[in-house]
Amino acid sequence: MTSTINLADVERWASALGGAALTAYGIKQLKDRSPAGAALTAAGGALMFRGATGHCPIYAAAGIDTANDREGTRVALSGSRGIAVDEVVTIGAPADRLYAFWRGLDQMPRFMEHLVSVQQIDERRSHWVARAPGGRTVEWDAEIINEIPAELIGWRTLDGADVVSAGSVRFKPATGNRGTEVRVRLQYDPPAGKVGATVAWLLGHEPSQTIREDLRRFKQLMETGEVATTAGQPRGKQSILNYD
Amino acid sequence: MKALVWHATNDVRVERVPDPTILNGRDAIIKITTTAICGSDLHLLNGYIPTMQAGDILGHEMMGEVVEVGKENHKLTVGDRVVVPFTIACGACFFCNKQLWSLCDNSNPNAWMAEKVYGYTTSGLFGYSHMTGGYAGGQAQYARVPFADVGPLKVPDGLRDEQVLFLSDIFPTGYMAAENCDIQRGDTIAVWGCGPVGQMAIRSAFLLGAERVVAIDDVPERLRLAADGGAEVLNFADGEIFDRLRSMTGGRGPDACIDAVGLEAHGPTLDAYVDRAKTAAFLATDRPSALRQAINACRKGGVVSIPGVYGGFLDKIPFGAAFQKGLTFKMGQTHMMKYMQPLLHRIERGEIDPSFVITHRMALDDAPQGYKMFRDRKNECIKVVLKPHEETVH
Repeated sequence: MTSTINLADVERWASALGGAALTAYGIKQLKDRSPAGAALTAAGGALMFRGATGHCPIYAAAGIDTANDREGTRVALSGSRGIAVDEVVTIGAPADRLYAFWRGLDQMPRFMEHLVSVQQIDERRSHWVARAPGGRTVEWDAEIINEIPAELIGWRTLDGADVVSAGSVRFKPATGNRGTEVRVRLQYDPPAGKVGATVAWLLGHEPSQTIREDLRRFKQLMETGEVATTAGQPRGKQSILNYD
Repeated sequence: MKALVWHATNDVRVERVPDPTILNGRDAIIKITTTAICGSDLHLLNGYIPTMQAGDILGHEMMGEVVEVGKENHKLTVGDRVVVPFTIACGACFFCNKQLWSLCDNSNPNAWMAEKVYGYTTSGLFGYSHMTGGYAGGQAQYARVPFADVGPLKVPDGLRDEQVLFLSDIFPTGYMAAENCDIQRGDTIAVWGCGPVGQMAIRSAFLLGAERVVAIDDVPERLRLAADGGAEVLNFADGEIFDRLRSMTGGRGPDACIDAVGLEAHGPTLDAYVDRAKTAAFLATDRPSALRQAINACRKGGVVSIPGVYGGFLDKIPFGAAFQKGLTFKMGQTHMMKYMQPLLHRIERGEIDPSFVITHRMALDDAPQGYKMFRDRKNECIKVVLKPHEETVH
């Protein structure tokens, strides 16, 4: 059994009380027409939700479970806020090899289509660059907040205090020695600030499909050493009605 | 280079396009010496296969000479003479490891399209719509072959192109159709459709020990070719197939039935006309009258083997007959790499010369006429072979 409660009691009460205080203060600021009021109200609401439900979507996506600390990483992702993605693929390679390739981070642009580069800043933090509309790039920092070798990597984006997205990738041996099940969970809150909007754009209208395609490319790379493509092959004259 | 390009339903043209280049490390570039038009290409010409785009290069039966090899390809070298299978397989995934090559997980760059329609993707195919990868095909002077360290089969110089070309599709396809019948001593196999795949299935059934093969079609020259191969023939224009098959098999029915027709079946039966009307009105995608006959005619506990291509939804399939008679169904795109080498040995040993199906040889420039002739069954056309580097063929 997994539980949607992944916050310890102390943390729940702190979240609820702190959230209520923030919300009250935010509403007061709103009445005073302060631009900070809306943000404070939103942040307070999020904390209250976290306290009231005992569920933190950011923690869940990152595979963190403070309520069942002995279990470490067992948690269900069922938060009602934001957008949740849960995609899985089975790859014919051992978990430790897949984990090592992913944890290296710098190889991720080879299978995540929108990424330009990922650079490690230190042991836990990294700098990400992705393509944005109009030929621009967007950048952000992320940190790894949960890590079990050959099993789990959990992360969240950093942009000052504006933490809006988190995710995890799990590596679990498949039955009958059939490789490794690789499961990605991602949670983000589209309206909450610049990074949220960026993440929302990167994942497109069908975030599950986007992650599924990234995982498919990861599988191709790990099983065959390359990503199947037709980009750059010859073709005849096209009509303007073509869809690609 | 020159290539045959699909523009719209009933509109294919030969035009100049850029030469292919190596895109991945395991690729190879083949200079195509001989290629062919497949019956399944007619489904593209007739607009039955979705996700085609104007500009797509067709063709999936090709052979030639390796002219360039990617840096990760350690199996081929420049100058090798190879036959290229129509399916593209990575050679490393769960399915390739089980010899289910046409179900490869990793070779379709547009896997999401196939997943939307079929739940899971099959392998990439050359020149056969974007749902199967959108790979440029082989009715061209050159082709890029992905995962070329898995698919292409080297062939000895002693054999002519025409003897080995059909290892690219129709010979393994007809052979797998016969193998799927699990032929036992004394078996009678009925084959619907005497196009090139049906012809290969007929001869393969005999190679695998069938006692009798009954071939069903309505095109006289195709029935003649089937008879040349040892089959007893039935023209479906002459009357009820079920009754005649029953009578020919001592009242028991054929032990296995092969549907080598697929989604564009035609014929004089009522269900065929209904299907045609519904398909014209977009109410159904495929016309399965041959399949219905095969299910009804098959003996109890028999096998229905389906090399004919289906793509969408079938209506009024006699599933009750299939269930009550305990039939086994075997189908799917051919697991090419399982069959190419053993069938090359059969050709080398002189057990079969697949070039017997060829009726027409043309320059690539004339391919659009070749398509129309094949589609309309003009000039007793059964199989068209194309020469991409010849202006005229003598």
